Amino acid sequence: MSTPEVRRPSAPQVPYREMEESVELSHIAHEGDGEQELLTLNLGPHHPATHGVLRLLTTLEGEVVRDVKPIIGYLHTGIEKTAEDKAYWKVIPVIERMDYLSYYFNAMAFCGAVETLLDLEVPPRAQYLRVIHLELNRIASHLIWLATGALDLGAISIFWYGWRDRDRILDLFEMSSGQRMHTRYIQVGGVMEDIPLGFEQRVRDFCSEFPSRLDQFEALIDKNQIVLQRLRGVGAVDEQTLLDLGVTGPLLRATGNPWDLRKAAPYSSYDHFDFKIPVGTVGDNYDRYRVRMAEMRESLKIVEQALDGLPEGPYITPDRKYALPPRHELATSMEALIHHFKLVTEGFRVPPGEAYYPIESARGELACFIRADGSSKPARVHMRDPSFVNLQAFSAMVQDSYLADLIATLAMLDPILGGIDR
Amino acid sequence: MPDATGLELIAQELRRAHEAAGRGSGDAGGVLDTAYFRDKAALLVTPASVQATLEHLRGMGYRFMASVHGVDYFPEEPRLGVHYELLDMSTVDRITVKVRVPVADPHVPSVTNEWPTADHQEREIYDMFGVIFDGHPDLRRILMPEDYEGHPQRRDFPVGGEPVFFTHNEPRLPRYTQ
Amino acid sequence: MKRQKLGNGPDGDFRARGLAARAMLRGELDGPELEKHVEESLLITTLDRAANWARSNAMFPATFGLACCAIEMMAIVGARVDVARFGSEAFRASPRQADLMIISGRVSIKMAPIVRRIYDQMLEPKWTIAMGACSSSMGVFNNYAIVPADKFMPVDVHVPGCPPRPEALMHGILKLRKKIQDDPDMGWRTRYGGGGTEEVVEPAAADPTAGHSIGVSGGGRMGTSA
Repeated sequence: MSTPEVRRPSAPQVPYREMEESVELSHIAHEGDGEQELLTLNLGPHHPATHGVLRLLTTLEGEVVRDVKPIIGYLHTGIEKTAEDKAYWKVIPVIERMDYLSYYFNAMAFCGAVETLLDLEVPPRAQYLRVIHLELNRIASHLIWLATGALDLGAISIFWYGWRDRDRILDLFEMSSGQRMHTRYIQVGGVMEDIPLGFEQRVRDFCSEFPSRLDQFEALIDKNQIVLQRLRGVGAVDEQTLLDLGVTGPLLRATGNPWDLRKAAPYSSYDHFDFKIPVGTVGDNYDRYRVRMAEMRESLKIVEQALDGLPEGPYITPDRKYALPPRHELATSMEALIHHFKLVTEGFRVPPGEAYYPIESARGELACFIRADGSSKPARVHMRDPSFVNLQAFSAMVQDSYLADLIATLAMLDPILGGIDR
Repeated sequence: MPDATGLELIAQELRRAHEAAGRGSGDAGGVLDTAYFRDKAALLVTPASVQATLEHLRGMGYRFMASVHGVDYFPEEPRLGVHYELLDMSTVDRITVKVRVPVADPHVPSVTNEWPTADHQEREIYDMFGVIFDGHPDLRRILMPEDYEGHPQRRDFPVGGEPVFFTHNEPRLPRYTQ
Repeated sequence: MKRQKLGNGPDGDFRARGLAARAMLRGELDGPELEKHVEESLLITTLDRAANWARSNAMFPATFGLACCAIEMMAIVGARVDVARFGSEAFRASPRQADLMIISGRVSIKMAPIVRRIYDQMLEPKWTIAMGACSSSMGVFNNYAIVPADKFMPVDVHVPGCPPRPEALMHGILKLRKKIQDDPDMGWRTRYGGGGTEEVVEPAAADPTAGHSIGVSGGGRMGTSA
């Protein structure tokens, strides 16, 4: 078949195939001495089962995975570079879109780092409000994990149930901040706005109804024979390997290590609440599943306690140098007008210094490193994303398991490519 | 966190260990500076002593490496910095180890063999800043395309982007489809 | 890029059509007006219109979730904003089986050639929705790492938002549906002036001594597509 040549842009002459052959085969020991051929399979960036645009170069021997190399970067957005170009206040929407399922956590890490640099105190009401929204976001993130994870395993109906409950949580977010996702509710010094009337009642309604939904999910999935066979005993890695690889979050807790920054180094009044840290025993996929389901229940408890104990007070720091004054003051007070003007046009200046602020996000330790150089724009913002580090443990998890187990493990690993690629 | 005095004690211990290992005291025993800012301890070390410093700190209990990230200190020289965040889980202590290298000679020994978590993170620093980690098993670009030229997160690399179409400049800017 | 008017009638004016319908019921329309009205309002049997109706009512989206917009795209599959009402709940993983590509999320420069490749693998007729601000323009991130989708592939509908609400995406899908239904000449080649880029298999093998190699695909398929 001869096709007439069409105008093609000149392709760069780079040896893509050679560059893509980055799978090191020498370290894979063959028993049976080369009887089986090793097949390199590219689970490309566009694949229904990868959570986002993750590319996996798998080396298969038959159906058994011998090695997997994740190739990332297909969602790299240069968020950290963009953040250097914007004032601190304007960075918050940009940085929120990094790990796009746990947007409150991104903003919390960033604002916490800025508050550390400024030595700014967050009022207790704002801390409690932050906790409420963070824990609701954790539940929403875990619901999507459950929905897409079950979808990968074939239990497609959980997809609809997970989204139904997540829509209820997003209704709550919309009530408090006006946006469903990427709400920029958490600001430097507190939160953007106080919660409206009726919000507390809606959250309590949700909290009273959600445990029964979790019971329904567990009734469907927990003792399901197919789920047990696919998740039990699959993808287990021992705790020391995970610690060496820097893994935190539910993956580490599934092995039995109760490391959780909310308890170990409490921030934003987490020490006021009484909640448990669910841990697993074996560290296989089933434990990871159980840990996240239990975490959702614990998050509900935290939300209820925070609502019960919500203190009165300002919802953002009263320091007008860093937080916008309320609109009604602009009509009467000259300083408020000047503060407003300075904050909106130039933004506040942060004295030089470096801060690293870690929090416990839905996937592990999310930390924000900021280097300030005294101007109104950060000189370096780096987000230590948990998925980026957790992905390094993936090849250890799927070593010598089947390809189907690779998909299940990827679902239980819960990588979010937005955070990985930033 | 180790408090300020604790940090000085750690620095002293490191210097002593550095000399004892025979690496000479020419470069101030490896530890160039200590900084204690907002309850956080940081050590500035020479690139050559990174591995030894981290191993020593691991012996002192900081067994978890939370993050390896790069910084561009433009316009201060040496420009490129690499920060290692260490965590002691049993006492919930954090300490930062900082290294600074100039752009002309951006070589830092890689710690991937002892701390496997640094694998992708060092690749990211190489990709974004151009710091070359000697001894890294597979130092390639990780986030940008493999054939990309330049190191984007350096401060003198332009942010880039498309011009925003407003009404006043729309006639003057070429549309995408032309 | 010339905008094409939707509908063959009086600029798709809803109110005018309503008045004409009322007039017809009263028996006041006749002659060419009546013919025109019947042509617009009834599902007439020209194959084009029937085919367009079928295509628009059963668009199979390709699963192409990239970033945050993908979450809202998955939300339209959910029960609250149900895309199954409009026949599009079957998200096909393989581009060969899909005819709608919803670019949901930011397209990085590493991903752009892959998006293009998958778009090329889709069979005609195919449509694209650029969902969200990042794919239409650069969105929140105006920097070195991402590309707006318009630069490398034709886009039919842009849905603004960051991320657009599921209802907004539904509105975009419905707009696309109306576009497909009403406008028979739907190929992207006419809209973008890409006529002549179809790959046509010449029955006679290429004559090596003949000079033509670039650009001309000839064969009488200029202009139209789909």
